Amino acid sequence: MKITQGMFSFLPELSDEEIGAQCQYALDNEWPLSIEYTDDPHPRNTYWEMHALPMFDLEDAAGVVKEINDARKAHPETYIRVIAYDAARHRQSVAMLFIVQRPTTEPGFRLERTETNDRHIQYKMHSYAADRPAGDRYQAK
Amino acid sequence: MSTTEEAPPEASDDKKDDKKDDKKDRWSSGVIPYAEMGYWEPDYEPKVTDVLCAFRITPQPGVPPEEAGAAVAGESSTATWTVVWTDRLTAHEHFQAKCYKVDPVPNRDDQWIAYIAYDMDLFEEGSIANLTSSIIGNVFGFKALKALRLEDMRIPVAYTKTFQGPAHGIVVEREYLGKFGRPLLGATTKPKLGLSARNYGRVVYEACRGGLDFTKDDENINSQPFMRWRDRFLYSMEGVNKAQAETGEVKGHYLNVTAATMEEMYERAEFAKDLGSVIVMIDLTVGYTAIQSMAKWARANGVILHLHRAGHGTYTRQKDHGVSFRVIAKWMRLAGVDHIHAGTVVGKLEGDPMATAGFYDTCRKDFAEADLSKGLFFEQDWARMGGVMPVASGGIHAGQMHQLLHYLGTDVVLQFGGGTIGHPMGIAAGAEANRVALEAMIKARNEGRDYLKEGKDILKSAAKHSAALDAALGLWGEISFDYESTDMPDTVATPTN
Repeated sequence: MKITQGMFSFLPELSDEEIGAQCQYALDNEWPLSIEYTDDPHPRNTYWEMHALPMFDLEDAAGVVKEINDARKAHPETYIRVIAYDAARHRQSVAMLFIVQRPTTEPGFRLERTETNDRHIQYKMHSYAADRPAGDRYQAK
Repeated sequence: MSTTEEAPPEASDDKKDDKKDDKKDRWSSGVIPYAEMGYWEPDYEPKVTDVLCAFRITPQPGVPPEEAGAAVAGESSTATWTVVWTDRLTAHEHFQAKCYKVDPVPNRDDQWIAYIAYDMDLFEEGSIANLTSSIIGNVFGFKALKALRLEDMRIPVAYTKTFQGPAHGIVVEREYLGKFGRPLLGATTKPKLGLSARNYGRVVYEACRGGLDFTKDDENINSQPFMRWRDRFLYSMEGVNKAQAETGEVKGHYLNVTAATMEEMYERAEFAKDLGSVIVMIDLTVGYTAIQSMAKWARANGVILHLHRAGHGTYTRQKDHGVSFRVIAKWMRLAGVDHIHAGTVVGKLEGDPMATAGFYDTCRKDFAEADLSKGLFFEQDWARMGGVMPVASGGIHAGQMHQLLHYLGTDVVLQFGGGTIGHPMGIAAGAEANRVALEAMIKARNEGRDYLKEGKDILKSAAKHSAALDAALGLWGEISFDYESTDMPDTVATPTN
């Protein structure tokens, strides 16, 4: 499967040049960028690991792309996403979010149904990746 | 409305002079003009705490605009048709609404914009029902006016702060859904009537797994014999959950909880919450008080509240009479909905681009400037009240993505019902076509391309990687709905002072 979170999951993988253009758009809007990675892409896993602090003072998209490539080297076979933050008073939240790396195989999720009374069903979504301990989730292929 | 009256309204200056001569005592019994009872105050300086209204008035022949404006002020505040001595037991000058300006409407010799100020004391805190019973309660049937339209309102910050506002608002909704930087995508399940619950859930599942964020009950899907609400909720949530597991994305179906009584609406909403639905829906037809009740419920229970503006066209569309949709949008933001249908510009339903831009400003901005080209007569400070996510729905398709993004921006739900479900390769392919088109257009915009001009090329090259988009463009690429709007701002800006 292919998880479809983020702004560009339905397009072909973005090249470094295309990623740079998106980062430049964020910087032109004064939205600092941040890089995060995870081995558990459950949609309610809000807090992916931060590759470093958000790049508040970086003005050049090429620098962001270099950081992304550093993160790719440091965390192969993980999901990596780029986040742009808008600190404007009425937003103060994420302005952009897109995936820039995926593991070779995306194991996806299991949907568990618990039937209770009156045809009621409780749903639970389980990451197959989380069956293994953190750090070991995409190693055994 | 006819614009060919034989007798033009009397020149207002002459009339005023006449009145000065035979002015009656304010308190003598009988009928005296509203203007002379204190409802016309051209020197009045509106207070920052006043509620301000702009009414489009079409007086009957012979009624001067100042008198017509004063009559509106009177009938929407303290006045009745004759003098009552009991006024003298009150601080009546405080409670009287004041018409402080009438401006002629450009290119119309029978219409004026009357500006009226109401002291905040006239209204109960946090009650749309009370606000509207005052402002539009009686006056729209008033005989001295041929037609009357409430064009815009300025709600003072002090009064705004007495309302809850959107249960979540745009920012919280996006954080809750984990979706940023692009419009959200939805589809209304079709056919709107007749599907069994099991078949209905199939549409939900296919559209969500194909790439949409939301699917939606239509306004008239409540709990009919062919599909009762509880069955629909169960099957729809099966579709939503299955699609979530297949995509790793949060999905939602607007479960319409509209019902005959509040008790039934709460029952349905509670069931939707228990099933894990992120969103429920109500229709405008449930009424302002029910909407405010559901907004409180939605905030207390962490469920997004979608509002379908069912019925609004009966009073918002005609330019001479009724209530502008920008006013309805303002009331609904105060009342506390998270989503509201606000027009598409390019789709099958009414929507002048500039008027629609005014509706979107009203929904989304924290501070909306007055802008007569958008039909915004007053500035509006929302004082940090969350924004309402506008929803664009009705006859839109992937081939219009560049126009939709240009006119409607990023914080909007684009709903492609027929444009998803009617796809020749199936519902999931229809959803994919819309999502590919959207992502390609966002990418191009962010890259600095002139996406409005190059829109068709951008879509065409995106379709090289998506057979679904290619088929959608082949089928609908050239479909457009070009009809003149009935409700658009006046072509010449009305002077503001």
